[in-house]
Parts: sequence; structure tokens; C-alpha cells
Amino acid sequence: MTTFLWVIVVLVSISLLGFLYRLVIGPTTPDRVIALDAIGVGLITLIGLISILFDTEFFLEVILLLAILSFIGTVAFSKFTEKGVIIQRDRNS
Amino acid sequence: MSLIFAIFTPILIALLIPFLFKRVPKIHTGWFVLIVPVALVSFYATYLPSIMSGSTYIDELPWIPSLGISFISYIDGLSLLFSLLITGIGSLVVLYSIFYLDKKKEKLGNFYVYLLIFMTAMLGVVQSDHLISLYFFWELTSISSFLLIGYWYTRDGSRFGALKSMMITVFGGLMMLGGFLILGILGDTFSIRELIAQTTTLATHDLFVWALVLVLLGAFTKSAQFPFYIWLPDAMEAPTPVSAYLHSATMVKAGLYLVARFTPIFAVSEVWVWLVTGVGIVTLLWGSFFAVKQTDLKAILAFSTVSQLGLIMSLLGIGSIAYHVSGDLVTTYTFATFAAIFHLINHATFKGSLFMIAGIVDHETGTRDIRKLGGLMSLMPVSFTIALIGSLSMAGVPLFNGFLSKEMFLDATLSLQHFNLYAMDTWGILIPIIAWVASVFTFVYSLYFVFHTFRGKYKPEQLPKKAHEAPLGMLVSPGILATLVIVIFFVPNFLGNTFVKPAVVAIQPLTYAVPADVGFTIKAWHGFDSIALYMTLGIFLVGFVLYKLLPKWTAIYQAIPSKLSLNKMYDGLMNFADHGTNRISSLYMTGSIRSYLLYMFAAIIMLLASTLWIKDAFVISFDNLAPIRFFEILISIILVVGTLTILFTKSRLTAIIALGAVGYTVALFFIIFKAPDLALTQLVIETVSVALFLGAFYYLPKLNKHEKGKEDRGFRLGNFIIALGVGVMVTLIAISSHSQKLVPSISQYYKDTVYSEAGGGNIVNVILVDYRGFDTLFEISVLTIASLGIIGMITVRLAKKKGDRKIENK
Repeated sequence: MTTFLWVIVVLVSISLLGFLYRLVIGPTTPDRVIALDAIGVGLITLIGLISILFDTEFFLEVILLLAILSFIGTVAFSKFTEKGVIIQRDRNS
Repeated sequence: MSLIFAIFTPILIALLIPFLFKRVPKIHTGWFVLIVPVALVSFYATYLPSIMSGSTYIDELPWIPSLGISFISYIDGLSLLFSLLITGIGSLVVLYSIFYLDKKKEKLGNFYVYLLIFMTAMLGVVQSDHLISLYFFWELTSISSFLLIGYWYTRDGSRFGALKSMMITVFGGLMMLGGFLILGILGDTFSIRELIAQTTTLATHDLFVWALVLVLLGAFTKSAQFPFYIWLPDAMEAPTPVSAYLHSATMVKAGLYLVARFTPIFAVSEVWVWLVTGVGIVTLLWGSFFAVKQTDLKAILAFSTVSQLGLIMSLLGIGSIAYHVSGDLVTTYTFATFAAIFHLINHATFKGSLFMIAGIVDHETGTRDIRKLGGLMSLMPVSFTIALIGSLSMAGVPLFNGFLSKEMFLDATLSLQHFNLYAMDTWGILIPIIAWVASVFTFVYSLYFVFHTFRGKYKPEQLPKKAHEAPLGMLVSPGILATLVIVIFFVPNFLGNTFVKPAVVAIQPLTYAVPADVGFTIKAWHGFDSIALYMTLGIFLVGFVLYKLLPKWTAIYQAIPSKLSLNKMYDGLMNFADHGTNRISSLYMTGSIRSYLLYMFAAIIMLLASTLWIKDAFVISFDNLAPIRFFEILISIILVVGTLTILFTKSRLTAIIALGAVGYTVALFFIIFKAPDLALTQLVIETVSVALFLGAFYYLPKLNKHEKGKEDRGFRLGNFIIALGVGVMVTLIAISSHSQKLVPSISQYYKDTVYSEAGGGNIVNVILVDYRGFDTLFEISVLTIASLGIIGMITVRLAKKKGDRKIENK
């Protein structure tokens, strides 16, 4: 069981490296934003696996937080690429 | 108490002067001031009989008792002589100034306040037995002299002269303080008398010579010795009473006083003998040589003062040889000290009167330029007589006191041939020759001064005013001094017994116990076998010929390039201090944060690297290392790749995203190193700061813009080396600090007591709010301040926009 989990950790880590490659290479900003979002998801997986491996429940909060942040972050980036700003002052424009 | 009170009397009276000046405008303020020095001179005169019999007086006023600092007034022959000179000439100068300064046009209140401060300072200098209070009064003379030179502060020359004298004398004063401190440490006392008692033990110490040189620097700058004399000619911008008082009779003699006072301490060193004699004799020649070049009456007198001070200084130096010899030779050299003190008094008389005459000529003709003056003999007969007496005395002509001291000076220089220590018997022969040449020049400028002013053709068209004789009141003071000049010639031994012998006892305490022991008598006639007589005749002969041929050889002064003059060097130094240092600091203070960061990081690297190297502190130990797991390597690679992306990306957005990735990876590290609270916080903060970067993104220029100008982000070898160096240094420090744990961790205590003492399960949170809650409190304050600051910055900017003011975009 433990060996299996370690294999998965390695696989997820490799996929994280792949996302990172996309983050670095681009070529467009949306590519990078998607890569960052995926890195967030990968991290969630990784943290879950590590929690099992370390036999602890203290990191479950981190998973929840990361899920929220990853969502908010992606939305913020998307809005930024769309409009150039994140928080609009004038709602009518 | 009365002696201390006497020192401070002038400065206390000075407090009243502005009131008198404002409230009693009808009476010249000087009349009130005159009471002070007259009262003081009669007070000090009462000490004369007992001082003559060899007793001394001491009076103490504690100032800072816990540090052992007090005002000590010590009256012996030397300090009484100076006190009488200060108050006596002070009285005459105040009297003269009453007629010289106009009570309506001049700010008399200022003048007399400064003058009285100076008088206190000078009395303090000559009577202080405590080194620190001596220094205190010493600087007070510098400051009051600065104020007096700059009395006509609307003139450029006055301000320049005041600043120059301040710079040079304060430089010397500070050096002197250093010498005093060394002496105080070596002798474990600041009292001059106690230091004199232990001079032989002091001399064995290494720092003794340092103290000697530093104290001498103070004396040389104050007494306008070579090469520090340059402030004195520029100080002639002061009102003439000031020049007469400060720059001929009193302040410039403070340095001589200092040398005389410290002779018992320092004379055991040959460095002292050489320096005092050598510098004195060079100053004598230099000053007398350049005095002939001057065209301004007061400048001639200033250079003459410089030269005469050099003469006295060299005599004091020769006198200090008495500490190195034994037997009959001792009296041979103490005779030089005797001559020095005698000439010091003579110089005060004739130079004071000459300055006053120069002031009268200036006052009555409107100019001090000797090329415009001439033929005043019949117009100003009394002034001419006084000037003639003063000048002939200065030249060393019989019937005037200068002759006596000049003969004694030549005798003293000749006596050097008996002394065969420190190569004096070979090089020492130069000193009488230099002294003789300098005396020839002295003779020439003395005649030049008096005859070019008062004889020749009267040139009324060149004079601003119509020349006429000065008012009687103005002539009283120089008249008294000129009378003294003649009287001293006829009764020199009265002066010698009253003033000079007690002073010699103070300078040569090893040789003489009471003034009666000093067996010198002053004779005007030495007999035909005296070499000094023939030297004097030679001076008169050569001097007269040189004076007659004056226009023929003054061309040699033009041959000396002005760039090499000491004044040019001083100007260059000041210019360098002003502009040069400015240029140097603008070399490195570029205003660019980038270069400042470079300096800081370079300094960090150098300090840390040298500390590691010197202390041999770099240690690697593999003992306590945890095993490295595979995914740790993986995450590290992610971290490194993310960081490199930030460094090498061309777009700012990529940099921000990569920074976010790095932050998240760090959070991952927190997780695998089992720090859930840190991971939570790190994730939130990272997200917020990335969002903030994005918020600011819109306002930032694109990186590409800068690349066009090749300013930003280009590869720079210097930056690369510094960055690499910092990284390597921090790594090395981290490795070595990990490798050598000196004290065990205290965390076990937290683990054991987190529940029993604090009632919590989360150890991190308990530490934050319970064990070490103070840190948290102020972290909260930091956040509050930051948020308030942000609100402030934004609202101020908005308010500016509303006010239609243009925002400076820098």
C-alpha cells in the first residue's frame, strides 16, 4: 500500500513538473494561468497523499484552503486577462 | 576665591554691556569697559612683590567634581606676567578703541562683549592649572578672536579672515586636546604642576612623543608659527584695536605661553628642543623675509609679528636645552629663556604701539596702502615720533628696548656651539646665521615701515581723506607704550627683576628655586670682545644698504611662484574640502538604489567571508542530517525552475505567475516538513500577494520597454557575481551553523508543557499567543500600520488628483 502511494506521489510530482514546463514555456498568458490552476489541483492531490502517508489529519484544512484559493486565483487571473483589472471601481462600464 | 573671580570678571561685566550700550548712548561704552582691565591690572599688580620673592598662589573652583575637573587659578611668575600683559595692554587698547571706534556708526555693544569674553578666555588660559579648563579657555580665545576678526561682518575679507583663523586655530586646539588627554592618561592627573613632578617617568612612555607633538601643534597654530602663520595676515581685517591686542600682544602669545608652561614637562625630550628651536627659527626668517614684500601697513606688522614670535619660540627652544646639560652650561641656556621672556615683553610694547599707529594712519588718511602714503612726517609729528620709536626698537637699534633683547637673542644663538648633543654642534651653526639674516630683514622692514609712511613725497591726490594729526586721546595709548620702550632700555634690570626672573623660575624649576637665584643682569654694553656686537653692527650696515637698494631687489619676490605659497595650499585644501569631497561623494552617491544595494551586498559578502576565513569557522558535518527523500528532490527542482523562470522571463506577468508557483511550492515544503499552520498562512498570503502584484500590474511598464534602452534586466557581470556571492555566503553560513550546534534547543520544554501549562493542543498557536504573545502583538501593530499607510497613500494621491495638481511621476 505504502509503495503504491509513493508511486502515485512520484507520478503527481512528475505531472507537476509537466505543468511547470507549460507555465514556463507559455506561450500565451491563458496557458500559464491554466497551468497554475492545474498546479493547484496537483498540489491538492499531493497534500492528500502526503496526509495519508504521514498518517495525519492536520493537512486537510490546507486542501480545502488550496481548493478555494486556486479557484479564486484562477478567476482573478481570468478577469485580469479579460479586462485588465481585477476589481472594478465603476460597475456600469 | 578672588583669583577665580578675577578671571571671570570680564565675562560677567560683558553681560551688562548691551544694556549700557542701549540705555546710555551718550557716553561711549568703552569708558565703562575701561574700568575692568584697569581694576584687574591693579589687582594683579598687588601680587607682584610676593611673586618676586618666589611664592605662588592657587585658587580652585570645582566644576565637575565627579570627573575631577575644576577651574584652578595658579599664579606664578609666568602666569602673573601674562595676566599683567593681558590686562595692562587691554586697558591701553580699550582706551585707544574709545577714540578709534565711532559710537554712532559702530556696534560697540558687540565689540566690547567680544573683547571682554576674550579677556576672560586669555586670563583663563594663562592661569589654568587644569588641562581641561585650559583647553576650555583656549577654545574660548579662538571663538572670541573669530568674532572679533569678523567684526565688520559685511565685508568679504573679514569673514574670510575670521573663518581662516578659526579653521587653523581650532585645528591646533583639537590636536592640543589630544595631547592633553594623552598626558592626563599617562600621568593619571590633569594638573600641570603634578605632571611636572613626574616628568621623568612620563618621558619613558611611548605615547610621550605623541603628546609632545600634539601639544606643540596647538602652540604653533595659535602662535602663528611656520607653516600655520597664514591666518595671521588675513586676521588684519579686524579693527585695529583688535589687531593690536589679540594679534600682537596676547592671543598669539598663548602658544608661547603654552610652550613655556610645558617646557618642564617636555624639555627632557630632544624632539622638543629640535622642533621648538627649528620651527621658531624658520618662522623668524620666513616672516621677516616676506614682511618686506607687503604693501599694507598692517600686513607688514602681521608678518613682523610672525617673525618676532618665531624669535621668541626659538629662544624658548634653546632655553629648553638647559634640561640636557649640566654644570655651567645650564646657566648658558637658561639665559635663552630669560631672553625669550624679556623679548616677549618688549615685543608687546613696541608692536602694540606700532599697530595703534597703523590704525591712526588709516583713520586719518583713509588708507593703509604704503604705496599711497608718504610725507606724513610734518603733518603727523607725534604719530611719526611714536612710529619711529617702535620701528627702531623692532629693528634692534640702541636706546630702545629691542636692542637689548636682540643682543641677548644673538648671544643665545651663539651659545649653541657649546652644545654637542643631537648634532647641534654641526647643524647648530646654521641657527646664528639664520638669526643674523632674519635680523637684517627685520631691520629693512622696520625702516621700510616707518620711512615709507612718513617720509618721501606727500601725495594728497591719492588719499581718500585730508591727512592731519590724530586726536590726543588716540595718541595716549601708543604714547604710553612708546615711553615704555625707551624706559625699559634705561632700566632693563628693574623689568628683569620684577617680571622676567619669576617667569624664568616657572619655566626652569629644576635650576632655580626662587627668582633671586636667577643671576642674569641685562647690559646694554657687552664690551668689544662680544661677537653679538659685531653681528649687530653687521645687521645695521647690511640692512641699511639693502634698505637703500630696496626697489632694486624687491623683484625677487615676483620670482617666487604664487602657486607654491602656503595660502594657495590652504585655499586648495579648503576648496578640496568643499568641492572635492562633494565630487567624491557624488561619485558613489548616485541616487540609484541599485548601486546602494550593490555596496550593501558587497559589504555583506566581504564581512561574512572575512569573518569566516579569519575565525576559521567553516565546518561541514554530516552527522545530524536527515535522509533525503525522492519527492523532496522533485519539489526542490520545481522550486529552482520557478525561481530561474522569474530571473530569465521577458514578461512581467510570467514573472508574477512564476513567483506564485514558487510560493505554492514553499507551502508544499511546509507540508512535507509537517508545518500545517505555516502552510495555511503561506498559501493565503501567497495568493493575496500575487493578487496585489496583478493589481499593480496595470500601472507598471512592460519589461520590453526598458530593454530597448538596454537599461533593465540586461545581464550584468557585476550583479551576477554579487548575487552569486551572497547566495554562496548565505549557504556557507547556513551549513556551518547547522554543523556546529553550540547549545541544545529549548523546544522540549514547549512540547512537555503545552497542555499542562497553557491548556492548548496546537503548539504553534500556543507559542504565538501564550508563550511569546508579545511578538504577536507587535506583528499585529505592523499590519495595522501597513494598512493605515496604504489608506493614507491612496487617499493623499486621490486628493491631489482632485485638487487638479499634477502628480509627479518619477
